[in-house]
Amino acid sequence: MTETKEPIIQIRNVSKRFGKVTAVDNISLDIRAGEFFVLLGPSGCGKTTLLRMIAGFELPTEGQILIDGQDMSLVPPNKRPVNMVFQSYAVFPHMNVTENVGYGLRISGVSKGEIRDRVAEALELVKLGGFEDRMPDQMSGGQRQRVALARSLVMRPKVLLLDEPLSALDAKLRAQMQFELADLQDKVGITFVTVTHDQDEALSMASRVAVINKGEVAQLAPPSDLYEYPANRFVADFVGSVNIFEGTLTLDEPDKAAVDCPGLGKVYLNHGVTGPHGANVWIALRPEKIYLHVPGEGKAVRAAAQDAPDGHNLARGTIKGMSYLGDITLYDIQLEGGQIIRVSRPNLSRHDQEDFTWDDKVSMHWRADSPVVLLS
Amino acid sequence: MQDWESQKKPFAAVATAPVFWLALFFIAPMTIVWLYSFGQNAGPADIDISGTLDNYKRATEWLYLSIFLKSLAVAALTTLICLIVGFPVAMAITFAAPKWRPWLLLGIMLPFWTNLLIRTYALMALMGTNGYMNKGLGGLWEGASWLRTLVGMQPLEAWTPVQLLYNNFAVVFGLVYVHLPFMVLPLYSALDRLDKSLIEASLDLGAGHFKTFMQVVVPLAAPGIVAGVMITLIPALGAYLTPDLMGGTDSQMIANVIERQFKRANDWPFGAALSFLLIYAMFILIALQSMRSNKVKEAR
Repeated sequence: MTETKEPIIQIRNVSKRFGKVTAVDNISLDIRAGEFFVLLGPSGCGKTTLLRMIAGFELPTEGQILIDGQDMSLVPPNKRPVNMVFQSYAVFPHMNVTENVGYGLRISGVSKGEIRDRVAEALELVKLGGFEDRMPDQMSGGQRQRVALARSLVMRPKVLLLDEPLSALDAKLRAQMQFELADLQDKVGITFVTVTHDQDEALSMASRVAVINKGEVAQLAPPSDLYEYPANRFVADFVGSVNIFEGTLTLDEPDKAAVDCPGLGKVYLNHGVTGPHGANVWIALRPEKIYLHVPGEGKAVRAAAQDAPDGHNLARGTIKGMSYLGDITLYDIQLEGGQIIRVSRPNLSRHDQEDFTWDDKVSMHWRADSPVVLLS
Repeated sequence: MQDWESQKKPFAAVATAPVFWLALFFIAPMTIVWLYSFGQNAGPADIDISGTLDNYKRATEWLYLSIFLKSLAVAALTTLICLIVGFPVAMAITFAAPKWRPWLLLGIMLPFWTNLLIRTYALMALMGTNGYMNKGLGGLWEGASWLRTLVGMQPLEAWTPVQLLYNNFAVVFGLVYVHLPFMVLPLYSALDRLDKSLIEASLDLGAGHFKTFMQVVVPLAAPGIVAGVMITLIPALGAYLTPDLMGGTDSQMIANVIERQFKRANDWPFGAALSFLLIYAMFILIALQSMRSNKVKEAR
């Protein structure tokens, strides 16, 4: 990746209000040249508004946006060095593929020969060679999206903005396009800024993700940090699936910490959390990081939980729900305190899903580096 | 959808009444008028349908042909002005806040709630030599005159009212006034269907507003433009009331000539021939339009 540390887009204290509704609330963030940046959040969180402000279709109520060091406050969309791929693709229905892709170049007065070469090059890039004379209504959604991509890439923008680029595609195609987009970005070296509500999309494509909630940045981090080190309950819950338990911080030293969770039991961590002693905190525990004990091999597994003091990082419960997903099986287990905890278990052998059934009493444990302590 | 051929009885139940209605009150009278056009007066109230083509021959004499062509020119000018005025209006409604749109559309349709005759008289009251338009212009004139005296210049001569009524200008003005809603509504429906992100995409790709309008909005609104032109041009071509009330002696249109044949001249066969020439002209217009739209479909 041609990633440098130079910010290509600087968003400084940007707010956007529509009447009484605050869509974007004092967001500041830098997007570095060459990175694949994703704005992730639930619908209505303000991520699309932020993208449209970068494109110039909305003006910030407060704050400013700099692209390549230049203030964009008074620059209209047609003069900005960015191009956008719209959620609906917005492929011109009255033009064929060549005319669509060449539209921007034609407008800016590029010579016919150069248009021809660059359009061919762009179509090659998005694997649409041979579709030159097709009309948009003769193409599938995925193909139209490639036209929209080529139409933007042919302009050689400094930043390519993508608004929910994969939301209209079916699951198989979406997975394929995730790889292709990441690959394409790597090839052309243009900064991509993508908006999505789909965490899988964000995790698989992004170099960095900004999770947006209610117009504010909840966390800005690379995908793996987002998943393994969520900053707060919103991020932990929005990115991936998670079990959250409220508790009290009872021990907090540089190399260990403990949280007493009424719903779950005593939780031990092999690192400090720098929270005030006795504080109200939350424990986030991912379903795949919890081990279910198969009756009969309990001792062997329990031996693995020896990184915690006795009586910590263990729980017991009754299986109340199961869903077999092929590669994994999800178990909803009612703990002794009444709360439900979700555990996922990989089906490493063909009969693993037969180990447990409804109403089985089970015990489980997790490693001391698995729980995450959240202060908010 | 269910095919009418496989559901003959319900289809017949629904279709019989309107077919009967059309046959009795539309096809039958039209046929009678059509037959009259091949006849000649045999007495003050008798028409002898002799199969003669004399009426058509007379209708193509220059005296009538020139009025016919002039009607076409007036209708075309009316349509053009309606298009130029109506497009921005339709755009404005399309881009207005959703809560305003129904009210703006209502504003466009409100004139239909008033009888054409009353609307025309109201317009005439505005445009008369003592009407508000002249008063307004006179006020501006006097204001300008007063400003001249302020800077020490001679005042202007006294205001002489402009003759706004009873000329070709009045006819075109009146026709535009009456037909504008017919242009705005199809334009609005075409623009409303247009995906707004196409406009944004064009702006995003570097086109200014004018280029976006010419390259994206107009081509995509073409069906609405064609529909608006057709339903403005055709009634404007057959306009009777507006030229009759607002026009002068030299601004009569073909419908006024036809009316005279049926009434004062009492020459129904000739009036019928003129009517049918007008209908044929409209058929040709519609045929041209549908040929064009078929061509567009084939090109797809």
